[in-house]
Amino acid sequence: MFSTTQLNERNQRTQGLFRLLFLMMTWLLILPVLIIVSTLIYKGGSIISADFLFTVPTDGMTAGGIFPALFGTVWLVGVALLASVPIGIAAAIYLSEYAPDNWLTRVINLAIINLAGVPSIVHALFGVGAFVIFFKFGTSILAASLTLAIMTLPVVIVASRESLQAVPHAFREACWNMGATRWQTIRRVVLPNAVSGILTGVILEVSRTTGETAPIMFTGAAFYLPFLPESVFDQTMALSLHLFVVSTQVPNVPEALPYGVALVLIAMVLIMNSISIAFRMYLRGKKKW
Amino acid sequence: MSSQPVKIEVKDLSIHYGNTPALEEVSLEVREHEIFGIIGPANAGKTSFLKAINRMDVFTTGMNVAGDIRFGDIDVHKADNIYALRKRIGVVFPLPVGLPMTIYDNVALAPRLSGITNKGDLDVIVERCLSRAALWDEVGDRLNSLGSLLSGGQQQRLTIARALSQNPEVLMLDEFSIAVDPVTTMRIEDVLKELKSEMTIILVTNLVQQARRLADRTAFFLEGRCVEIGDTEAMFNGEVQHQKTLDYIEGKFG
Amino acid sequence: MDKPFPAIQHPNANNRGADWYVDKLMQALVFIGGISAIIFIVGIFVFITKEGLGFITDRFDFMEFFTTEYWFPSDEDDPEFGILALIAGTASVTGLAMIVAIPFALGAAIYIGEFATGKKREYLKVLVELLAAIPSVVWGFIGLSIMNPLIIKTFDVPVGLNVLNAGVILGLMAAPIMASIAEDALKAVPDSYREAAEAMGATRWQVITRVVLPAARNGLLGAVLLGVGRGFGETMAVLMATGHSVNIPGSIFDSVRALTATIAAELGETAVGSEHYGALFTIGIFLFIITFLINLTADLIVKGIKKG
Repeated sequence: MFSTTQLNERNQRTQGLFRLLFLMMTWLLILPVLIIVSTLIYKGGSIISADFLFTVPTDGMTAGGIFPALFGTVWLVGVALLASVPIGIAAAIYLSEYAPDNWLTRVINLAIINLAGVPSIVHALFGVGAFVIFFKFGTSILAASLTLAIMTLPVVIVASRESLQAVPHAFREACWNMGATRWQTIRRVVLPNAVSGILTGVILEVSRTTGETAPIMFTGAAFYLPFLPESVFDQTMALSLHLFVVSTQVPNVPEALPYGVALVLIAMVLIMNSISIAFRMYLRGKKKW
Repeated sequence: MSSQPVKIEVKDLSIHYGNTPALEEVSLEVREHEIFGIIGPANAGKTSFLKAINRMDVFTTGMNVAGDIRFGDIDVHKADNIYALRKRIGVVFPLPVGLPMTIYDNVALAPRLSGITNKGDLDVIVERCLSRAALWDEVGDRLNSLGSLLSGGQQQRLTIARALSQNPEVLMLDEFSIAVDPVTTMRIEDVLKELKSEMTIILVTNLVQQARRLADRTAFFLEGRCVEIGDTEAMFNGEVQHQKTLDYIEGKFG
Repeated sequence: MDKPFPAIQHPNANNRGADWYVDKLMQALVFIGGISAIIFIVGIFVFITKEGLGFITDRFDFMEFFTTEYWFPSDEDDPEFGILALIAGTASVTGLAMIVAIPFALGAAIYIGEFATGKKREYLKVLVELLAAIPSVVWGFIGLSIMNPLIIKTFDVPVGLNVLNAGVILGLMAAPIMASIAEDALKAVPDSYREAAEAMGATRWQVITRVVLPAARNGLLGAVLLGVGRGFGETMAVLMATGHSVNIPGSIFDSVRALTATIAAELGETAVGSEHYGALFTIGIFLFIITFLINLTADLIVKGIKKG
């Protein structure tokens, strides 16, 4: 009896110790980022103003604002979404509603995993080879956005598939029993109940697309372009590339400028992610069945 | 009763799931305006029988159906448009399903899919079907609340209302009272007796007494075979061809 | 029953109606969406191979490419195409990143998955998810402007853009992703295992080491592999934080250059169709094949648990 108690005490101590250790590891993972974000705010916060956001860069990008980059990012993301959201949702519908358990489905899933896993610079090479050269789009918003779209497609597919599969199977059968076709069932019952989950996935994709740099470097984003793009066949500046340029390629940049650009970029990304997370939590609390 | 024309004619119907037989060589006829009861213990093939009739086999992987089913002028297994077939056969499965939309939309869904857009027509359909399913009194004043948040018994009646929403010629019910309280069960039974004048009803039940209360004729299924079919009253009075039927009715197994 | 039941026209079951055709059409459309992922992944391989083909057939020498460390692709008289130093750069940075990331990622996954409860768990998961969202160019900027001076000051070295810098940055980038995949793997272990062990008097810690971790072994391995794949393919952060000099590193304070970063830095200066251009695409093919194999292996390992 005595020895058992001793053993238990020792186990309890080990457990407490490891619990503490793991808690510390978790915080050590999170802490650097909190430090980094506060540094960005501390060093870049002062430069953020309406002028910074809404004017063009001047003096060889060592002064002025970031408006063309901000505007270009909106263009790039918008066009990328137009391409990837319909394809992504279609793929998710196929995988969730139609795909039988066979080799083709396994290959599709493997392709999705690889699409997400291929290095971003390889996506860039593909964009150059396919869209810029082969399809003759040139270095343009169109080429860059399509490259981004293919790269971030897995984000939409995975999120949409998950929310489609969360709709209980019984609802589908109830519809089929009434003579609804598969498509009518998807259109009237499955999609309306999955659309908010799909939306959180799309917001996540917007965030991912906003931050990507390598895929657009050679496909459509320009280092410096003091005017705004007018069509999808124009080049454009982009916020993510702008951060790379002002922090590595331009001499004599005042210190606050790249911090400011980084702060705007990270704020956009984190805000969109937070919206997506908050939306997801709100939906979880508001079940319809 | 026997003067009524045949509504559904089943010949040598066999169903397999992969290599496992679920139903073997069942032949029977269901006549217009009768309640045709099917009784039998679990795994007798009752549910598979219903699934074959409204072609749910296409949605069930591995389900193979052989034999003939004729529904009016339609050879069910050669029908090109199984959706049109299902619109004429309403079906209610054991677990109630309220779709996550308003009660009104639940009932109006199928008619809308069939092309009815007139609000007045839809109102009539919704009220009529909910009344027939003995649900109107309870939900008539809150048709805009979610169908999926009703109680189990109410959802089952909502399911019946949906099954009636396309004015089907045949209504099939599969152990509808499993998830429903006894009072609701009795109300639905009363509804079925009334509906008989308008449509043909196939009632699969695990409650022998329910078959006795409702069915005009009853078939006894056991281990994938149809043991016998007979006039319900006669069957329950002991006029059976097989001892097994009597044993089942008297509750000796099942 | 005053009004008559509205007449509903049921189409003839022996004819295919409009609904039937719409249904088939939509099925075909979503099928195209479904196989699009295959089309794209094959397309990626085909197009980068097409651009790299000229170099591979005319100039590529397997031994030179993989076993020499001299990368002078734009030398006018005698260009050399050895990527060994670049491989060493990528490997050293990825290796250090994994040393940093694996303990933290698994530790965090175990804490979040097995110890934390309720609200606290939710908050931690959200934080980890937000960490994973920080764009790589921002990480690169952090390496350049925060880590760089920090390393110079702390270790008294002349250059702070080196294996250490990029490795730590990459580790911080990969850890949240590994942590969330690892946590999924822990979550996949049925609660009944834990309850059974606890019923026999095991402490939470014993449950974790004896039951949960062995059961989740494959999933955790998959998480680590995907982390390796991430590190291997990362571009902007390593471009900005490694110092970008072709070099087989002797210590973590040496600057190196990664495969991905080489493409990113040089593609803009090359003429389409030139040897240099083709060589960069050939590196791309190499990266594609390696990450494909890593992802395939990770997938097979993770699928392994689902069957078991």
